[in-house]
Amino acid sequence: MAYKNVLKYSDVTPRADYLNRRQLMGGAAGLAAGMALGPALGASKYSTDLKPNPLEDIASYNNFYEFGSAKGDPANNAHMLTIDPWSVEIDGMVDRPGSYGLEDILTKVTQEERIYRFRCVETWSMVVPWVGFELNQLLDLAGVQGAAKYVAFQTLYRPEEMPGQRSVSLEWPYREGLRLDEAMHPLTIMATGIYDEPMPKQNGAPLRLVVPWKYGYKSIKSIVRVTLTDKEPQTTWNMLQPNEYGFYSNVNPEVSHPRWSQAYEKPIGGGLFAKRQETLMFNGYADEVASLYDGMDLVVNH
Amino acid sequence: MGVVDRINAASRRVPVWTVYLLGALWPAWLLYLAATGSMGVEPVKALEHELGRLALQALIAGLLVTPVRTITGLNLMRFRRAIGVLTFYFVSTHLLVWLILDVQILSEIWKDILKRPYITVGMAAFVLLLPLAMTSNNWSVRKLGPKWRKLHRLVYPAALLGGAHFVMVGKTWEFDALVYLSLILALLGWRVVQAYKPGKSRRRVTKDASRVAS
Repeated sequence: MAYKNVLKYSDVTPRADYLNRRQLMGGAAGLAAGMALGPALGASKYSTDLKPNPLEDIASYNNFYEFGSAKGDPANNAHMLTIDPWSVEIDGMVDRPGSYGLEDILTKVTQEERIYRFRCVETWSMVVPWVGFELNQLLDLAGVQGAAKYVAFQTLYRPEEMPGQRSVSLEWPYREGLRLDEAMHPLTIMATGIYDEPMPKQNGAPLRLVVPWKYGYKSIKSIVRVTLTDKEPQTTWNMLQPNEYGFYSNVNPEVSHPRWSQAYEKPIGGGLFAKRQETLMFNGYADEVASLYDGMDLVVNH
Repeated sequence: MGVVDRINAASRRVPVWTVYLLGALWPAWLLYLAATGSMGVEPVKALEHELGRLALQALIAGLLVTPVRTITGLNLMRFRRAIGVLTFYFVSTHLLVWLILDVQILSEIWKDILKRPYITVGMAAFVLLLPLAMTSNNWSVRKLGPKWRKLHRLVYPAALLGGAHFVMVGKTWEFDALVYLSLILALLGWRVVQAYKPGKSRRRVTKDASRVAS
């Protein structure tokens, strides 16, 4: 089925409204206005109060090795990617395996804005106003079987449109994975846009994962395959350097990357004199997700 | 008059101070670009990386002077000191950006130098270049005599460490970094071959060890 992103987020929520929403929500009048928009369109309780980076930051400074390893390469090269039509193969331990057209998926899920902190393993960070839906909704469409323990994801492999895939810097296609409880967590979303724009191609159009308490490379882009499995899936950066990139990759100021400290981060957008700030455990989402890792050694399971 | 002779003649008319001036202003120009948003939304890393590249480029240019003269007859020896001094200047600005704008926190700087091999290697290269920069003046050349040339062979390990530093910082094998390291290895390898070549150059080496260091 052809996927056309004709319905922008702004078509359901005027841009000015959602840009001002958090100010509105501060007052009683705002609360009423928020309720009038309906529950799905109110500010999510999972959104941060931090000011999001402008789209210009978010769409110009990217790690998307399929388009090259320099930060500007994805913005320069991603125009080559065709995203229409787009479908996602859902297979493995599911009741209804098959190819799911994106347009079809979007009629069956509830999209909303999620303003999340985003922390790269390279120690830079941003605040991104994603638009998307909880991954658990997609998994429910396919019907996860009881024995499934993990979810594996794959990025599109199309070297003729993704020049980075013609080099051997990483093993293609890009792979990521989550434990099933991480995947079902309400913070974990499949994003389809930023602000009221469809997802820019350099940010992983048309459909990407966002797991805000993990380093950015876990949030796999341009997803074409989702596999439910009972074995821990292979993940690309872990395959390259297992001691540097663990399966869990939870943001953790205590666990250094072997080649650099993770104790501090640099928010993008502060210019030449931007101050470093302390990294937060689970990227600031400890209240929501720390219990997922109760009793686990987070150094061993980094 | 051949092409090489014409270039040699023309280069003699270029005052060395123009090289110093151009080199001195280049990092300032990069700083201006970074400050005015021309280097993207993360100007600190961009500036740091540009200056690091510039330092390696100058290092390679300095190492090229002798082989270029030997192989082609093109003589740029009178610019070599300027290239060397500028190399140190570029390395210093790269280091300063890392210290002041990037890492910022003193305790983190020390931890990085001691615990992160690519930073240890980069700092070692900087330390090796220090005595070279301090003796890049006529007085030191006279005072140290033959020892000066011996001392300035430190540029070889420094180049090796600088090239390795660039390769080690990458998350994957970066093509650019491998090109820089390969060039450095080739230029050092050429010197090793020259030093052990039988015949004319070999005799010259035995007669005057300083030849190897040039």
